Amino acid sequence: MITFLELLANGISIGALYSLIALGFVVIFKATEVVNFAHASLLLAGGFVVAKLHPLIGFWPALAAGIAGAAAVGALIEFVIIRRANVTSHSVLAIVTIGVDIVLVTELTRQIGTDVLALGDPWGDQVVHLGPVAIAQTRIMALLAAGILIGSFLLAFKHTGWGVAMRATAEDHETAALMGIRLGRVSLGAWAVAGALAAVAALFLCVFPTPGLDRSTTFAAIKAFPAAILGGLDSTTGALVGGLVVGITEAMMSGYQNQLSFLGRGIGDAAPFLIMTIVLLIRPAGLFGTRELSRV
Amino acid sequence: MNATDGLAVRDLAVNYGPVRALRGVSLEVPRGDVVAVLGGNGAGKSTLLRAISATLRFQRGGISAGEITFGGARLSGTAAAAVVAKGVVQVPEGRRVFARMTVEENLRAGALGVRDRRGTAKARDRVLALFPVLAERAGQRAGLLSGGEQQMLAIGRALMARPKALLLDEPTLGLAPMMATRIAETIREINAQGTSVLLVEQNAALALALASRAYVLEVGEVVLSGPAAELAASDEVRRRYLGITADEVTGRPAVTRPSLSRWSA
Ligand SMILES: Nc1ncnc2c1ncn2[C@@H]1O[C@H](COP(=O)(O)OP(=O)(O)OP(=O)(O)O)[C@@H](O)[C@H]1O
Ligand SMILES: [Mg+2]
Repeated sequence: MITFLELLANGISIGALYSLIALGFVVIFKATEVVNFAHASLLLAGGFVVAKLHPLIGFWPALAAGIAGAAAVGALIEFVIIRRANVTSHSVLAIVTIGVDIVLVTELTRQIGTDVLALGDPWGDQVVHLGPVAIAQTRIMALLAAGILIGSFLLAFKHTGWGVAMRATAEDHETAALMGIRLGRVSLGAWAVAGALAAVAALFLCVFPTPGLDRSTTFAAIKAFPAAILGGLDSTTGALVGGLVVGITEAMMSGYQNQLSFLGRGIGDAAPFLIMTIVLLIRPAGLFGTRELSRV
Repeated sequence: MNATDGLAVRDLAVNYGPVRALRGVSLEVPRGDVVAVLGGNGAGKSTLLRAISATLRFQRGGISAGEITFGGARLSGTAAAAVVAKGVVQVPEGRRVFARMTVEENLRAGALGVRDRRGTAKARDRVLALFPVLAERAGQRAGLLSGGEQQMLAIGRALMARPKALLLDEPTLGLAPMMATRIAETIREINAQGTSVLLVEQNAALALALASRAYVLEVGEVVLSGPAAELAASDEVRRRYLGITADEVTGRPAVTRPSLSRWSA
């Protein structure tokens, strides 16, 4: 029972990080209809900036720089490539993002080399005991940070002019343009926000119990794809639920690996993709993928 | 009337890829007027409005010749947002409300092209005075409104940008006669409050009753234009767009016609 609770807590915490990444993924899709396969590189870029800068300027300024840096990389990809790519098909743009991802990840992993870079966070390896349940302090901070960011994002999405512009654009590009909404800005903003969220996720994916940032960090980002897709690519709620589902499943599958050995080793890593496949077989639009709610 | 005062379209040609949708179209909407554009399906009416609003690129079309100006400033070659900022706002064909957003959010979206909080608050008061039903339904999803209510919302949403010129693409399409009349009255009221109107309609009777001038488009070209009253009286328009038969045009009093004319011939 205690193991179960510990696994659940860790699963939720990791899941919240996947939700953060998936949220950025969904925001880009809503604003531009592009499936962004370069998301892992945004995450790696954010983490890399934090790792390189924290010995020089301290952790918190480095974190701010990492967030700004990943947002800038996202905005740059939008401004230099997506906006100018003279293609009319969104699936072609998705393939373009794969190219961008390969270039950026290759360059960043070359920079990282075989090192494991510490991110200089102040939480270290302390463990908090809630009754009999032991949880790493970093996991609690991750959940808190993700919760606050997701909450603020949803509030902004619902209530600010930015959010209204974003949703109007997601629903109908042409009519949004008729309202005087600048689609270029909406799209640029979406890529920047996605970058910023990914950078925060990068931080918490690389702290204790993970040894640090290395070339395998992108694999963590890749697990956010099934989270976004099983939730429904155009649904923010879907991203949140999808992230939690993936996080909890992964924690459980890894935690009970010995009991599940008949499924083969490494089932924890494959589980997100298995769930995604099953969900898509039953609901092709994902759990929360929306259909037009219109009478006309 | 100063020619550069209102909205002016000169020698406009529009292509969708290899398809030419408009050629040599010129028209003018003087400030404060209601001008109607009539024409059958595929005549190029929506294309004309897309060209003015700079949204042709969404349909993979483009202006290949001619120029569009408003108050002397060029609209052609600018972005859709710039056209709205200059005061020219369109209510698109088929209403196109944001179905998953609430009525209130739709109105908010309409004001996103202009940065003026006090102006926006005034615009909202004006819209809700014109369409009280929008205030009653403020929190409801726009997709659940009736067709007539959606048309009111689409017009109200456009008014949130406080346009100097309003472009309406078939606002009475698919509405019951009562609702069409209601929309027509509203258009007259919006115009009376000082907004110029370019009204695209297939309902020629309604459009000619509202407009001071009208243009008739056929396969991408202006084939007739003139004061609305003259067009309404012309044989060709009466026959082709007002659905009045040659008999009536020749002036035989309608009351003496047997209602089952097929049997009496
Ligand atoms: N996206 C497009 N691609 C290619 N051709 C188009 C496109 N949109 C319109 N056309 C063509 O341009 C011409 C004018 O179309 P438009 O929609 O402007 O007509 P309309 O007068 O608004 O008709 P309706 O009354 O049916 O709305 C038509 O021949 C149409 O087939
Ligand atoms: Mg049309």
